[in-house]
Amino acid sequence: MAAPRVTSGLQRVLLMLKNVHFKSGYHIVASRKQYSTVYDPNEKTFEKILIANRGEIACRIIKTCKKMGIKTVAVHSDVDSSAVHVKMADEAVCVGPAPTSKSYLNMDAIMEAIRKTRAEAVHPGYGFLSENKEFAKRLAAEGVTFIGPDTHAIQAMGDKIESKLIAKNAKVNTIPGFDGVVKDTDQAISIAREIGYPVMIKASAGGGGKGMRIAWNDEETREGFRFSSQEAASSFGDDRLLIEKFIDNPRHIEIQVLADKHGNALWLNERECSIQRRNQKVIEEAPSTFLDPNTRKQMGEQAVSLAKAVKYSSAGTVEFLVDSQRNFYFLEMNTRLQVEHPITECITGLDLVQEMIRIAKGYKLHLKQADIPIKGWAIESRVYAEDPYKSFGLPSIGRLSQYIEPLNLTNVRVDSGIKEGSDISIYYDPMISKLVTYGSTRADALQQMVEALDNYVIRGVTHNISLLREILVHPRFVKGDISTKFLPEVYPDGFKGHQLSDNGRRELLATAACLYVALQLRSRRFLGNQRVSTSHKEQNRWELSLNLDKDTHVVTVFSTGSLFTVELDGKRLNVTSEWNLASALLPVTIDGTQRTMQCLSRDASGNVSLQYLGTVFKIQVLNRKAADLNKHMPEKVPEDSGSILRSPMPGSVVAVSVKPGDMVSEGQEICVIEAMKMQNSMTAARTAKVKTVHCKAGDTVAEGDILIELGMD
Amino acid sequence: MAALATLRSASSLFGGYRFIYKNLVAAHSHVWDSVRPNLHLQQRWYAVSHLSVQERIDKKREAARLGGGQARIDAQHKRGKLTARERVELLLDPDTFVEYDMFVEHRCSDFGMDAAQNKYPGDSVVTGQGRINGRLVYVFSQDFTVYGGSLSGAHAQKICKIMDQAVLVGAPVIGLNDSGGARIQEGVESLAGYADIFLRNVLVSGVVPQISLIMGPCAGGAVYSPALTDFTFMVKDTSYLFITGPDVVKSVTNEDVTQEELGGAKTHTAVSGVAHRAFENDVEALLNLREFFNFLPLSNKDPAPVMECHDPSDRLVPGLDTVVPFESTKAYDMLDIIHGIVDERDFFEIMPNYAKNIVVGFARMNGRTVGIVGNQPKVASGCLDINSSVKGARFVRFCDAFNIPIITFVDVPGFLPGTAQEYGGIIRHGAKLLFAFAEATVPKITIITRKAYGGAYDVMSSKHLRGDVNYAWPSAEVAVMGAKGAVQIIFRGKENQAEAEAEYVETFANPFPAAVRGFVDDIIQPSSTRMRICRDLEVLVNKRQTNPWKKHANIPL
Repeated sequence: MAAPRVTSGLQRVLLMLKNVHFKSGYHIVASRKQYSTVYDPNEKTFEKILIANRGEIACRIIKTCKKMGIKTVAVHSDVDSSAVHVKMADEAVCVGPAPTSKSYLNMDAIMEAIRKTRAEAVHPGYGFLSENKEFAKRLAAEGVTFIGPDTHAIQAMGDKIESKLIAKNAKVNTIPGFDGVVKDTDQAISIAREIGYPVMIKASAGGGGKGMRIAWNDEETREGFRFSSQEAASSFGDDRLLIEKFIDNPRHIEIQVLADKHGNALWLNERECSIQRRNQKVIEEAPSTFLDPNTRKQMGEQAVSLAKAVKYSSAGTVEFLVDSQRNFYFLEMNTRLQVEHPITECITGLDLVQEMIRIAKGYKLHLKQADIPIKGWAIESRVYAEDPYKSFGLPSIGRLSQYIEPLNLTNVRVDSGIKEGSDISIYYDPMISKLVTYGSTRADALQQMVEALDNYVIRGVTHNISLLREILVHPRFVKGDISTKFLPEVYPDGFKGHQLSDNGRRELLATAACLYVALQLRSRRFLGNQRVSTSHKEQNRWELSLNLDKDTHVVTVFSTGSLFTVELDGKRLNVTSEWNLASALLPVTIDGTQRTMQCLSRDASGNVSLQYLGTVFKIQVLNRKAADLNKHMPEKVPEDSGSILRSPMPGSVVAVSVKPGDMVSEGQEICVIEAMKMQNSMTAARTAKVKTVHCKAGDTVAEGDILIELGMD
Repeated sequence: MAALATLRSASSLFGGYRFIYKNLVAAHSHVWDSVRPNLHLQQRWYAVSHLSVQERIDKKREAARLGGGQARIDAQHKRGKLTARERVELLLDPDTFVEYDMFVEHRCSDFGMDAAQNKYPGDSVVTGQGRINGRLVYVFSQDFTVYGGSLSGAHAQKICKIMDQAVLVGAPVIGLNDSGGARIQEGVESLAGYADIFLRNVLVSGVVPQISLIMGPCAGGAVYSPALTDFTFMVKDTSYLFITGPDVVKSVTNEDVTQEELGGAKTHTAVSGVAHRAFENDVEALLNLREFFNFLPLSNKDPAPVMECHDPSDRLVPGLDTVVPFESTKAYDMLDIIHGIVDERDFFEIMPNYAKNIVVGFARMNGRTVGIVGNQPKVASGCLDINSSVKGARFVRFCDAFNIPIITFVDVPGFLPGTAQEYGGIIRHGAKLLFAFAEATVPKITIITRKAYGGAYDVMSSKHLRGDVNYAWPSAEVAVMGAKGAVQIIFRGKENQAEAEAEYVETFANPFPAAVRGFVDDIIQPSSTRMRICRDLEVLVNKRQTNPWKKHANIPL
């Protein structure tokens, strides 16, 4: 094994290696991924590492451990016992039941697992115990290495108030705000008035957008204070809040830093994370289109000086808000591996997990600031099990009945911790995967991402690919004209999926019509002696009627073999495809344009669901005769949605604020549903009297369950 | 006994009349006046008889095509229903319908029925043969626009004719029912007509598939024809099946009930189990029937159809490795397994809303039609009860009659206990499923996914009932009962029950006890199940097995 081992995807990696510190004798492990470059097998680190996390990040860490020859231990809750990370690890220990507070946050059980498996070190991933100083302390007490910064750095940076002070002292630009814990609502309002609206209320112990609200007036401050403290209490067990000036229309740009235990620190360039919904990131890219080399350098240097000020070691991230004048303000420092670290790995060629492990063992960084390249462009899309049509994403749950990652494409990296058959449950984050594409230019990376999204097969849960794809092709995003307000600005009335152009509609309808014809032709192809009539020649002209969004389109299809010619709107389109009716993907060529569509469902009644340009469209295809007769069919009366409040997502009922007979006014809060640690207020669609209440606090509800019925006014 | 039975059925037929009669009168008062002048005109033409035979043929054909006339056609459409001919056209491949007996007229002379204006060429049913995706099928479609689709002697004779021919050539019969009931003016002639059809339904049963699609009223004795066929489908909101209508129910039992509640699609697909599936409207029902037809062989002499298939037969299904939860008390959806395994996730479920603790339906494996039976752990733990046993048994017998291989997925904790079940005759009804599996000679492949407890293990197409290939997944537990109950018996009085339970689980809650005895042929990786079934079906395609000669078996009805 002394000779360099070379596998697939080599050329690309070699290209990337040019700027990377490279010694002969190092192994090259070139998987299809854009990390995993160089390591020295003689550099001893740990025998065995326990990964105190689940899902994709646990899998990600295990991959690097395997590469470094380190044995791995997974911990898991009982419902996760057949999860991917458990299967990948060399050993696995069950640490409790499904709720995170009883399993992945259960320090006693995890400590026990460490003792039992004799793991030498623990990688906490992100979330859960990754920034928990208590955990780090307990590990230290037992002589187990925490793969992350020292306790004091976690403590200092974990507290938003303290971190701001340290940042100020380290000459890092900070946001004006109140340096202290807010006691109650009244104090919150007076502070908010002092700083001037808008203000941001956030959990002192928070992160990831949880326990965070923006208030534009006193009323919102009051409400925000209540929600934030509840969320903070349930997410972090710490309901302390702080308030600061809210910078309107900012970009969220963060600097990845890497520091060792010998006082060396590097900045690994920035990540642009401005595309967010409800303060949670959706799409990230590296580098940012907005930063000039000078700003980048300033931000990098401030980030490093902050890291040095807290004697930081390991990988960390310094988050900044950047306004339109490229003024940047320190937001917070995340003392852990970030979700979006892969894009930094792509453009720098570094394996951050590997670096973290090395640093934890006490090795010096083997790179200098000058060695850190920006090679090409990387984009990450967070693929969530969410319904993007409901406030840009409300969690959805289910079983992944079909799941195929687009790994057949080049320059695509998918970090996931699930596979076909996995359950997305209400207990954990609804992220399906991080889809990362890489290109020599931003345009290449974008193009590849669009392609990858089209080729990504996810069935069984609602997902946000439609939203991701629409953002990626939006002119403002393509230009790089983005801010954290991007989504509400671009979709003020909420996201409604791809809006079809005339040409797009024709492509979609033509494909649906051809798919119908292909199915009809196939349904006559009996094998063997099935007494099929031979006197009738195969139909080659099909007059069809297609319904899309209540519009009817008359379409004629002429078939010769697998080539179909479609006539619609007075235009002719040539559609070719293999028409593999079993495949989840439906690649078609329409007048020379290649499109990868997906047929999600089809039935004998002519209904097909086609995913086209990321969005799912429902079309009914009928032959001319059926369509003519269909007009006699009675309209089925749809449910009166104004009178029935249904749960928009699976979750649990936190509070019900009405009882039967109460009068509610339009917009009044009726009940609160908690899902994935987010509290969502359900409001009345109109003014009416409450007829029946179908839920009570503590109930678990499924998506679509009836919560409350309203009577007539 | 026979006499009693006749009496009883006659009385219920009579009950049907009252509904029908009312219906007919109501229909008359609506449209009679508007139609009459037109008929007068026709009568005059026939009378002068200057017309050539060809012209008379054309006129008669035209009249037949118009059924009860435009006004009644419009009324039919207004009810959200298609006409008899529109239905046939939609059901069959374009231009393949060959109509029989277009000139047949009713022969009643009472009540002025023999007047020319009261005769309609073809009478109240359209019959003939045609093709569905190129394959032969015989069809009758009752015409509600002619005397409310009521059954005359001539009407029955037309139906019997195509049924006889269907048997001669070996092709399925599809009935599209939309009839107010017996033709009251014809009296016993009409009753005889029903009986002629019933007899044929019975004789044809198991020879060619018979399918009924209820697209309007079907009441009184008329319901027994669909009941005798293999599959009964309904159209939501516009079709009804009942022995006696709401008015008679009210007068006899004093129950207030609507037509929909008494005999609508929801009632029969979810409560009574009379209908096998319901569809939104006429168009959807007919399109779905075309799809359904493709699963069926044409007759008991034809093999199960094989269609061109794009789904690789050796496809692995990784999702199956995790589908069965670790905790044996936790439910999962058997449909997840079925959808994963069959071609293109295409599963035509039969009775999806009735006795949901068992799942039955048709699918294809490598293009070949198979019948699928599976316990549904999601509903009542997948236990067998009266309804699920009967549902399963009838489906298995259909598959066996028509050469369709049966694939059984087993996760059954046993038969449902309780007085309701015992008093209802679970012993007798459970025996039906046992009987059906045991007598079946088609290829039988069984996969035990988790629990196979007690007598239910034997019933569910076990090796002992001539299962051809029986697999167990690693999660399988074949035992007389679950750990708790067993421990209380075996280790009665033992202090440490938990330890005893653990011992029992160790011994029995796994596939080995069955595997070491050869009661399962192999313990397989779930993800390889599809591949194996496809391979086994190929091996079993030439399976020939005959049961001892008998007049017929005596299934415990």
